[in-house]
Amino acid sequence: MALPELKQTATDARLSALELPKGGCLTAARQAALARVQTMGLPSRRDEYWKYTRPDTLVQAEAVPAAVFHNDEEPMFSNRDRLRIVFVDGVFDAEQSDDLTLEGVRIDRLEDICCTDIHWARDLYGVLEARGQTPVERPLAALNTAFATDGVAIHVTGTPSKPISLVYIHANEASDAILHHVIRVEPGAEATILENGPAASRFNKCMEIDIADTGKLHLVRAQGRDHERRAATHMFARLGTESVFKSFTLTVNGVLTRNEAVIELTGDDAVAHIAGACVGDGDFHHDDTVFITHDAVNCESRQVFKKVLRNGATGVFQGKILVKEGAQKTDGYQISQSLLLDDDSQFLAKPELEIYADDVACSHGSTSGAIDETALFYLRSRGVPADVATDLLTLAFLAEAVEEIEDDSLAGDIVERLEGWLSRRR
Amino acid sequence: MLEIKNLHVKLEEEDKQILKGVDLTVEAGKVHAIMGPNGSGKSTLSYVLSGRDGYEVTDGAATLDGEDLLDLEPEERAAAGLFLAFQYPVEIPGVGNMTFLRTAVNAQRKARGEDELSAADFLKEVRAKAKTLKIDAEMLKRPVNVGFSGGEKKRNEILQMAMLEPKMCILDETDSGLDVDAMKLVSEGVNALRDAGRSFLVITHYQRLLDHIKPDVVHIMANGRIVKSGGPELALEVEHNGYADILAEVV
Repeated sequence: MALPELKQTATDARLSALELPKGGCLTAARQAALARVQTMGLPSRRDEYWKYTRPDTLVQAEAVPAAVFHNDEEPMFSNRDRLRIVFVDGVFDAEQSDDLTLEGVRIDRLEDICCTDIHWARDLYGVLEARGQTPVERPLAALNTAFATDGVAIHVTGTPSKPISLVYIHANEASDAILHHVIRVEPGAEATILENGPAASRFNKCMEIDIADTGKLHLVRAQGRDHERRAATHMFARLGTESVFKSFTLTVNGVLTRNEAVIELTGDDAVAHIAGACVGDGDFHHDDTVFITHDAVNCESRQVFKKVLRNGATGVFQGKILVKEGAQKTDGYQISQSLLLDDDSQFLAKPELEIYADDVACSHGSTSGAIDETALFYLRSRGVPADVATDLLTLAFLAEAVEEIEDDSLAGDIVERLEGWLSRRR
Repeated sequence: MLEIKNLHVKLEEEDKQILKGVDLTVEAGKVHAIMGPNGSGKSTLSYVLSGRDGYEVTDGAATLDGEDLLDLEPEERAAAGLFLAFQYPVEIPGVGNMTFLRTAVNAQRKARGEDELSAADFLKEVRAKAKTLKIDAEMLKRPVNVGFSGGEKKRNEILQMAMLEPKMCILDETDSGLDVDAMKLVSEGVNALRDAGRSFLVITHYQRLLDHIKPDVVHIMANGRIVKSGGPELALEVEHNGYADILAEVV
């Protein structure tokens, strides 16, 4: 079926500005992904899945320039022992990166998996993304698979002694980056991956994560402070039996962020927790779109998303739990909440449950509200000044999401950033 | 200490006068009790004194050691030495009880130009005071009042009072929802704080609490006014005969 004319024109315009990276073993996957893009067309504001977030600037041929934010604050995670993999405007920077060897994990650049014989990565690249195109199309992810210029393949075979830290530096105001990572966690292996930084003026990132039986992966990400940047990120994860995947995202600032998480629980007793805390001001627009599929018995999924919005900021949550036939004993939980610090901000939420099994426990809740006046008065009556009390209640509101981070010290880092945001806005 | 003169208060949202000329003076070191039927304005008085939103003072004044209370923000009143023990202590999920206490203590010290308590000193003090109120370490770690029983919440109020060391304590129906043992524990906590420089205003429905916290003066409040004041025997009279006789007498 032909695409609507406007969509065809927009898609053609974007594709004509890009070139398929040549050679290597990923060519077939890239071409297949390009074909998906051509069939689906890139998102437009008329698409139901983009009802609350305008995709125009993510789709158009040229990235909108974004100022590079400078300050003397230590970048996130600077204080900890980690293996740094640095990308500047979407390009791997060997100088700033650490040696990529670490016991329990093998890390290769995307371009190297084409030269060497890294079958698992070749067999994963584009596969989970393609699976994630049904029942809802995600053309920006297919675009990413086709045109990603850099990225890493992380193969977790044991328990690395430190986190693997992906650092995304934004250096050029006109940068437009497409990164694609593939991650495989072997049975019994466990790792933590950290991500931080705005990456580029426009950032399209895709991460495909395959967790084998009993494997565990923790992902903690912070999306930087550059307010003018735009980002569309996708995380596709497939979980085997008794595997665990926990992800947390912190977003402060950003005129446009669309974070999609597509999680498939394919083995019994698997656990997936996807959480996010975002705080924004003014023209801040943040969209969490999550799709969790339960396709095995006795699995647990949690979605915990908290947004603090003020001065006209917009928060979006689209979250779905799909429980397939036979996925009995599913325990699905979804909560999305916003704290609106004024009358101008808005929160748009679309929670969905679709259940085809009869022995499941699924709950979802979505709320939107102001600071609790009674709690505020209680704190003030004890001598806590109004602004401090408001901050305390705001952090308390965000706490449920932050608590999803298993590592207390990482959670502490996140809280520190949130406190920083609050104190800057007094 | 606390001086209330001709205090008139109405609800902000509607044209409803709640307090219609309250006059009350609580001297330093004294315990005053206010009793009165439901709807007489007792709780409103406590909220207005502590600065809760939703009320409009239409006339009169309230001062604490000469300082005009009604002009101050709630936190400023707290720093000036006023404390309200809530009838319904508020649950605050996500804020640890310890964090809350330390923030409050240090905010008040800061407002008074004193040094903040060090973490170690604070911990030492809070542990000692919690122990006398039979508040265990677990309760201190939990979010403020979340999952606390009625008795635990009231003990937590008294712990806050003990930590903040206010000059003027208002207890709003602190006995409500307490069993006999809990009431005794809470009363002991209050009595331990009685001091020549500290005053109490105890709002209650029942004489029972006043067996434990012995008042110097008892006031009867009705229809937005103090209608009768006397010694502890006034509370006993209410206990035996109800309010009808007293109210009939003043009308």
